[in-house]
Amino acid sequence: MLVSLNWLKQYVDIDGLTAEELAEKITRSGIEVDAVIDRSQGMTNVVVGYVVSKEKHPDADKLNVCQVEVGEGDVRQIICGAPNVAAGQKVIVALPGARLPGGIKIKKAKMRGQESNGMICSLQELGVEGRVVPKAYADGIYVLPEDAVPGSDALELVGLRDIVLELGLTPNRSDALSMLGVAYEVAAILSREVKLPEVKYETTYEKAEDYLKLRVEAKENPLYAAKVVKNVKIEQSPLWLQHYLMAAGVRPHNNVVDITNYILMEYGQPLHAFDYDALKTKEIVVRLANEGEKIVTLDDQERTLKAHNLVITNGVEPVAIAGVMGGANSEVTENTTTVVIESAYFDGFSVRRTSKEIGLRSDASARFEKGVDPNRVILAAERAAQLLAELAGGEVLEGTVLVDELDKTPTRVVVSPDFINARLGMKISLEDMLSILKRLQFDVEAANGLLIIDAPTRRQDIKIEEDIVEEIARLYGYDEIPMTLPEGNDQVGGLTSYQAKRRVARNFLEGAGLYQAVTYSLTSEELSQKYALKAEETTKLLMPMSEERSTLRQSLIPHLLESASYNVARNAESVALYEIGSVFLGKTDEGLPYEEEHVAVVVTGKWVDNAWQGEKVNADFFIVKGILEGLFEKLGLADRISYVKSTVDGLHPGQTADIFLDGEKVGIIGGLHPVERKNLDLKDTFVAELNLKAILTATVEDLVYTAVPRFPAMTRDIALELDRSTPAGEIIEIIRKAGTKLLKDVKVFDVYEGEKMAPGKKSVAFSLTYFDPERTLTDDEVVNAHEKVLKALVEAGAEVR
Amino acid sequence: MEQQLKQLEQEALAKIEAASNLKELNDVRVAYLGKKGPITDLLKGMGKLSPEERPKMGALVNTVRENVTNQLEARIAVLEEQAIQEQLEKESIDVTLPGRKIRTGNRHPLTRVIEEIEDLFLSMGYEIAEGPEVEKDYYNFEALNLPKGHPARDMQDTFYITEETLLRTHTSPVQARTMEAKKGEPIRIICPGKVFRRDNDDATHSHQFMQIEGLVIGENIRMSDLKGTLDALAKRMFGEEREIRLRPSFFPFTEPSVEVDVSCHKCGGKGCNVCKQTGWIEILGAGMVHPNVLEMAGYDSKKLSGFAFGIGAERIAMLKYGVDDIRHFYTNDIRFLSQFHRTEE
Repeated sequence: MLVSLNWLKQYVDIDGLTAEELAEKITRSGIEVDAVIDRSQGMTNVVVGYVVSKEKHPDADKLNVCQVEVGEGDVRQIICGAPNVAAGQKVIVALPGARLPGGIKIKKAKMRGQESNGMICSLQELGVEGRVVPKAYADGIYVLPEDAVPGSDALELVGLRDIVLELGLTPNRSDALSMLGVAYEVAAILSREVKLPEVKYETTYEKAEDYLKLRVEAKENPLYAAKVVKNVKIEQSPLWLQHYLMAAGVRPHNNVVDITNYILMEYGQPLHAFDYDALKTKEIVVRLANEGEKIVTLDDQERTLKAHNLVITNGVEPVAIAGVMGGANSEVTENTTTVVIESAYFDGFSVRRTSKEIGLRSDASARFEKGVDPNRVILAAERAAQLLAELAGGEVLEGTVLVDELDKTPTRVVVSPDFINARLGMKISLEDMLSILKRLQFDVEAANGLLIIDAPTRRQDIKIEEDIVEEIARLYGYDEIPMTLPEGNDQVGGLTSYQAKRRVARNFLEGAGLYQAVTYSLTSEELSQKYALKAEETTKLLMPMSEERSTLRQSLIPHLLESASYNVARNAESVALYEIGSVFLGKTDEGLPYEEEHVAVVVTGKWVDNAWQGEKVNADFFIVKGILEGLFEKLGLADRISYVKSTVDGLHPGQTADIFLDGEKVGIIGGLHPVERKNLDLKDTFVAELNLKAILTATVEDLVYTAVPRFPAMTRDIALELDRSTPAGEIIEIIRKAGTKLLKDVKVFDVYEGEKMAPGKKSVAFSLTYFDPERTLTDDEVVNAHEKVLKALVEAGAEVR
Repeated sequence: MEQQLKQLEQEALAKIEAASNLKELNDVRVAYLGKKGPITDLLKGMGKLSPEERPKMGALVNTVRENVTNQLEARIAVLEEQAIQEQLEKESIDVTLPGRKIRTGNRHPLTRVIEEIEDLFLSMGYEIAEGPEVEKDYYNFEALNLPKGHPARDMQDTFYITEETLLRTHTSPVQARTMEAKKGEPIRIICPGKVFRRDNDDATHSHQFMQIEGLVIGENIRMSDLKGTLDALAKRMFGEEREIRLRPSFFPFTEPSVEVDVSCHKCGGKGCNVCKQTGWIEILGAGMVHPNVLEMAGYDSKKLSGFAFGIGAERIAMLKYGVDDIRHFYTNDIRFLSQFHRTEE
C-alpha cells in the first residue's frame, strides 16, 4: 500500500513530524513502513514552460526547435523530440543545472547544430513509473493545464512535492488497505482526530429503482448496492485526483473510472462502474456462473467460468466476474452518459478462489479476499454518487438499489485487564488501557473488572482476547515490556542419545578430514534413486519449478558428487566431503514418505600432500573404508560390521562393497565407475553412504573396563598364496574361527600380486597375536594354537608359503 | 721389571692418545688390561718376587693399571662426546619448514549456527525436537490456525506433493506434532531443520533453507519471557552488547506477533550499510502461541500459555559472518566451507 502524505493529510493532522519520524512511529506500533519515498527525488530547476513556437529542426526529422518561455520575458530555445509537443502548450521544463532522477544532469547543449537550453520533460523523466502515467502522455511529454504560470515550480503542479510511505501490510491488517484505515491508525498513534469526508449530494426526482431492477441469487453476495447517475460527462479527472492516484500507483483513465479507484483507495471498498445503456436489460442479477459460461473481461481476454464462480449478469449474460474484473460488454467508454455504480460485499473465499483460478489478482480482489468493512459498502456507493456529481457533472437518481442481508454488528470481545497484564508480564493501569482503546476508536466499557469492547467493523482482525492484548501492547509500546525468563520448569533438557551420537559422528568425520556439506533434498527424477541403498517408490512434487528439482532424493551421493565436481572444476586438488541428511523412501501409513537419515562421504584428488617431504597419497578405497571403520569403532560397532563385495549402478564393479551391521545391510562403499568419473570430470573418486539412523540406533553394551594386560603377547606370521579373487576377509574369518581363545588379533601386513607370483595368484601375509590375560604363554601353547590355524587354512585350500 | 712396567705404561698411554675411535680404544684396553695382556702377565709373575718386593711391585702395577684405565676412560668420554656432537650435527633440521599437517575438516556454517543456538537452549533446559521434511497440510498449516483458503497461506509459497502433503514451509509443524504428543504437558523445545519454499534461487532466496523454531508452553508464560529469552539469544549470537527490540507483526499461529530486531553488530547501532542506516537488523519472528493453536492440540488455552519463535539459520549466518549470497551455503565450495574452521570462543 502506497500512502501519499498529501492525501493522508486530508483525513488526519500529521503536522509536527517529519515523514521519517511518522514512518518510525507507524512501524514501531504496528504496520511496517518498508520505504519512505520522496517523490521529488531532490529534483531542482524544474519549472513550468510555455511553448511559444515550434518549428521542425532543419537537420533532424524527429526533433523540433521550440521557443519556450520559462519566466517572465525569459524565452529559451529548447530542442524537443517528443511527438506530442505543440505551440501553445504549458509544459514541464528542466533548466540547465537541473538534476533529474537516475543521476541525469541537464546542461546547455547543441543538438545537430541547434542550441538547446534545457529539456521538456515527460512524467517518466521525472521518475514517475510508466505504468501509472495517463495513456495520453505515456509516449510523450506531459502537458500542464493552461493556467499554469511559466517559471513556477512544475513539481508542485504534477503532485511530486509529496512523500509516499510504502506499507508492508500483513494479511491481518486489511483495514490499512485504505487511506482512511491508515488515517485511523495514525490518529491512534498520535492521539489525534480523524476527519471523515463529508458525503452529501443532491438527487433528481427520478428514482434509481425505476431504472434498474436487482436480484441476488447467491449467498456469496449478502450485500449489493447500486447507484444510477445520469448525464455524466466523461473527461479527464481533475489533476489533484490524478496525482493522488498516481502516487498510490494507479493509472488515471477518465473521471468515472478514476472516481471508483479513488474510493477504492479512500475507503478500501472496491467499486465497479457499468455503462447503463450497455447493460441493455435494465436489470442486474447476481448468480453463480453456469459451467463453461464465457465472458470477455476488461483486459480483452475471454474467460471460461466454472459453476462456483460468482458473476454479475444483466439477467441474460455475465457483465462482470464478481469482485475480480468487469466485462468488456458493459465498460464505461467516452460515449457513456448513464453510469451504474456497484458497491458490494462479496464472500472473500469465493473471490480468492475465482481470482486464483483465473490468474487475475487485482486491487479489488485483494480487498474482497480479506473482507471489506461491512459498514462502508453503502457509504462508498454514496461517496461515488457525490463525486460523480461534483467531478463529472452527473445527476444522481434518488435512492439506492439494494439487496442487504449482511450482518454489520461489531465483534464484541470481553477481556479482563488482569489477563492482559498476565499475558504481557506487565502492570498497565486500567486508565491507560481505556485510553488506548479509545484512541483506536473501539467502543469500550469497563464493568465488573472486565473490559467490554466492540471493535469497529473495519478492524476485522479483532476477534479474541489476545487481539486486545496485542492492541494494548503495541500502542503502549513493546519497549516497555520487561525482560524475564520462563518460571518453573521440571524438564531437564538435553540431547537425546541419537542427537548426541550424531554430534559424535560429525566430530569424528570432521576430525578425519572431511568437510560437512549441505545439498538440496530435491533432485531430478533421474538422479533420485541413483546409488540408493534401497530404491523405493519416489516422492514427486505436484508442480515442480524445474525438472532438476522435482523429486525427493533417495541417496545423498549424487549431490555430493556434484559438489565434488564443482570444486574440482575450480581447481581444488583435494575434495573430501560428508553430508548428513534425510532420504525419502516409499510411503508410510500416514501418507508421507519414510524419512531415513543417512550420512554420505565423497573423497577425490589428493588425500595427503606433504610436498617437501615428498609424501603424496591419492584418494583410494581404503581411505574411505578406514574412515568408516574409525566411525564404527567410535560408535562401538566395529566387531559387528562386515563388508561384502557387491555391485551398484554407477560404481566400479571391482571396487564396491555392501556394508552390513549384524547381517543387515546398512551401507555401500565404492569407487566411482570410470564412465561416471568422465561425466563428472573427476579423477579417482570414492564414495560411501550409510543408513545413519540404523547405525545410531543400534544398541551397544555399556562401556566397562577390561584389565590392562600384565603378560606379554606373542606373534606369529603366516604368508599364504591365494587366488587373486579370494577376499582376505574370508581368510581372516577362517583364522578367527580356527584360532583358540588365545588368538587375540589378526592383521594383514602384506599383499603382493606381481611377477614373482603365478598368474591369477596373490600372496597375503597375516600377523597373528596370541595372548592370555592370566599368564605368560609357553612356546608349546602358541605352537599348538598356531598349528590349528594352519591346519584349517590348508583344509580351506590355502597354500602356506 | 719396574722398568718393563714403565715402558708398558708409556706404550699404552701413547696408543690411547692415538686411538681415533672407540673400537681402537677397546683394542688398547684388551691388549694392555685384558686377561691375557702384559700387565696381567706381570701380576702373575709377582710370585717370583721376594716378599719385601711384592707389595711394592703390587702397588706399582696397580698404579700403572689405574693410570691406563683412567686415561682410557677419559679418552672414551672425549670420543663419545665427539660422536654425539657429530650425530647432533648430522640430525639438525630446518625448523622453519612446514609441519606435517593433520588433515581435518569442519562443520558447515549453518550447522555451526544451529549448534550454537541448540547449545544455548540446552543450557536453559530445552529439548531438541525434530520432524519430517515432508509434512501433512494439517500440521504445516491447519493445526497452526491456517485453514485451507486462508489468505495468509499466500505468505509462503508451497511445494505440494499431493493435496494433503507438502514440503514443510517452516519448522512449526514440529511444534504442532510435539504438542499433540505431549498431550497437554508443558513444553520447552527447539526444532531445527530444513524447510522449503517455492522460490527461485538467487542471492537472497533459496528454495531450501534452515529454520530453528522455539516453543515454550507452561503456566503463566508471558510476553516478557519471550523478550528475555530472545535477548539472551541475540547476545549469544551477536555479542553481549547487543540489544533487541520488538515490532508488531502478524503470524496466524501467534497472537500477539512480533518481528524482532537486534542492534547492529557492525556499527553498534549508529547506522551503517549492514543495518541500512537504521541501527537495527531484523532477525526473527515470534509471538505468543495463538489460543486456536493450543486448543487444536488439546491444550487448555485458559490455563496454559506459551511463546514461539522462528529463526532463519542462513540469515543469522549471513549477518554474523558477512556472507553476501545465500547460494554459498549450498554449493559447498571448499574455499567457502574451510573458512569456518576456527573457533570463535
